[in-house]
Amino acid sequence: MDALLREYLPILIFLGLAIGLAAVMGLVPFITARQKPDPEKLSTYECGFEPFSDSRKQFDVRFYLVAILFIIFDLEVAFLFPWAISLGEIGPFGFWSMMVFLGVLTVGFVYEWKKGALEWE
Amino acid sequence: MFVAKDLAPLVPELFVAVSAMVLLLYGVFAKGNPTRTVVWASVLVLVVALVLVWQVPAGRQAVLSGMFVTDSFTAVMKSLVLIGSAVSLVLSVGFIRQEEMERFEFPVLLLLATVGMMMMVSANDLISLYVGLELQSLALYVVAAFRRDSERSTEAGLKYFVLGALSSGMLLYGASLIYGFAGSTNFTDLAKLFAGGHGHVSVGLVVGIVFLAAGLAFKVSAVPFHMWTPDVYEGAPTAVTAFFASAPKVAAMALFVRAIISPFGALVAEWQQIIILLAGASMLLGAFAAIWQKNIKRLMAYSSIGHVGFALVGLAAGTSEGVRGVVVYMAVYLAMTLGTFACILAMRQKNGLVEGIDDLAGLARTQPGMAFALAVFMFSLAGVPPLAGFFGKFYVFMAAINAKLYVLSVIGVLSSVVGAFYYLRIVKIMYFDAPGEPFLHPMPRELGVVAAVASLFTLLFVVFPMPILNGAAMAAKALFP
Repeated sequence: MDALLREYLPILIFLGLAIGLAAVMGLVPFITARQKPDPEKLSTYECGFEPFSDSRKQFDVRFYLVAILFIIFDLEVAFLFPWAISLGEIGPFGFWSMMVFLGVLTVGFVYEWKKGALEWE
Repeated sequence: MFVAKDLAPLVPELFVAVSAMVLLLYGVFAKGNPTRTVVWASVLVLVVALVLVWQVPAGRQAVLSGMFVTDSFTAVMKSLVLIGSAVSLVLSVGFIRQEEMERFEFPVLLLLATVGMMMMVSANDLISLYVGLELQSLALYVVAAFRRDSERSTEAGLKYFVLGALSSGMLLYGASLIYGFAGSTNFTDLAKLFAGGHGHVSVGLVVGIVFLAAGLAFKVSAVPFHMWTPDVYEGAPTAVTAFFASAPKVAAMALFVRAIISPFGALVAEWQQIIILLAGASMLLGAFAAIWQKNIKRLMAYSSIGHVGFALVGLAAGTSEGVRGVVVYMAVYLAMTLGTFACILAMRQKNGLVEGIDDLAGLARTQPGMAFALAVFMFSLAGVPPLAGFFGKFYVFMAAINAKLYVLSVIGVLSSVVGAFYYLRIVKIMYFDAPGEPFLHPMPRELGVVAAVASLFTLLFVVFPMPILNGAAMAAKALFP
């Protein structure tokens, strides 16, 4: 039982570090930073959305476009983690499969860049 | 585990996929409007892929851990898919120019959909089946809504997307049940499990097969999963409808046949009733619902539902003969549909395209050639001998009779008679009604060529049926080792 628990010790240390670091980073600004609150700063979203309004409100389609493009690359990263960890097991075939996948994704990225999807104005 | 020769059967798919990406990059970097170049380059890519399909090593090859399979069934079905895609692209050349849809993404999306369809045809695992199906479907959702400023087109795209996502969900649920109760997603392993009727067939597995069949029935638009078809066919731009009615139908039917026959061939008793119900209901609805249609694209949608029903009769038989009937039927259906849509795309008056059946009035006097071609397709769709459509029906019904499905055959013949009413009504309108506003003529050259070739195929099938029949027999044999 002891041996089993000891294997989890790094996780406990990591958890402690994470909580401690987050707490410090959350508390330090309260002590050191100057605070001049105004309603805009205190609102839930600083990017300009009202937190509570009609859900069928019109909004700029560019937000949507950016969100979609973000999700694609976000998922790519999520896909890279298990690949990086199991690279030793899956060998050259696994390595090149991911390279091909990244290549296809790059084609899409070049397309969207050239098409102007990343320009705000 | 992986060797270079594993790539050989994948060459056609890899070629189309890489070409699609190259063309996408070419299109986005080119100066001016590169659409024309990209369209014709895409047609060339599909033709080269058609050659490559017949260059892959002969016999059954299962690669990528048995996920991807090539045999004579995939060769024949991929050829039909590639022909359907290439001809639809040719049909769309004039249309996308005149309808202000001239964007190079259109042919690229059709190429990507074609890669998905080729994957579907070659799928030998529930997972590769799903990947192929989604690659095809996602491209199709986009092209359905390709006219972003048209309310009908965006509505068609949205309906197709929402209902398509629902059917994918059902299919995945079925796949997960099959995996849970049988322990494998690979068709070959599943077939081994049930070979000779020794495997234990649990209720969960049967429920899984039902969900899988429901998802696939949605993709081929068989009743009762057909509701999206008329709206999507009517709302999508006509060139896109021509594509929807041809290549994806063939690919989905090939997938349906393989996903039912290959893993569950030994369990005929479990799935036969599902297919019989789908086939019977599709034939009846296709026959009766089309009678009241005034829009020719909507009529073609109901017509395609009916034809899917007839093709499913062959699958319901569950025999090699039945599968041969399905392949012959899909080949004939492809020719008739592409020919009919070539004529529909030529229905252009001064103020643009028209879609009403009444607009065809008196066509025989204003454009006898087009009227004759359309009449040939209508007689063939109705199944009048000696045209190709009759032989398509003949082979599936013969297989059904030999499999003792007498009731289904009677329903099929009766609904074929009812269906003849609305096909022949179009012939009557063209030949006996007083002409209305004439269409702009001459017919654009590429539409004329497609209509002529398709009507020649339909007329001459009775004289030279052997290439199609032999190919279909060879394809069917590959599914029954």
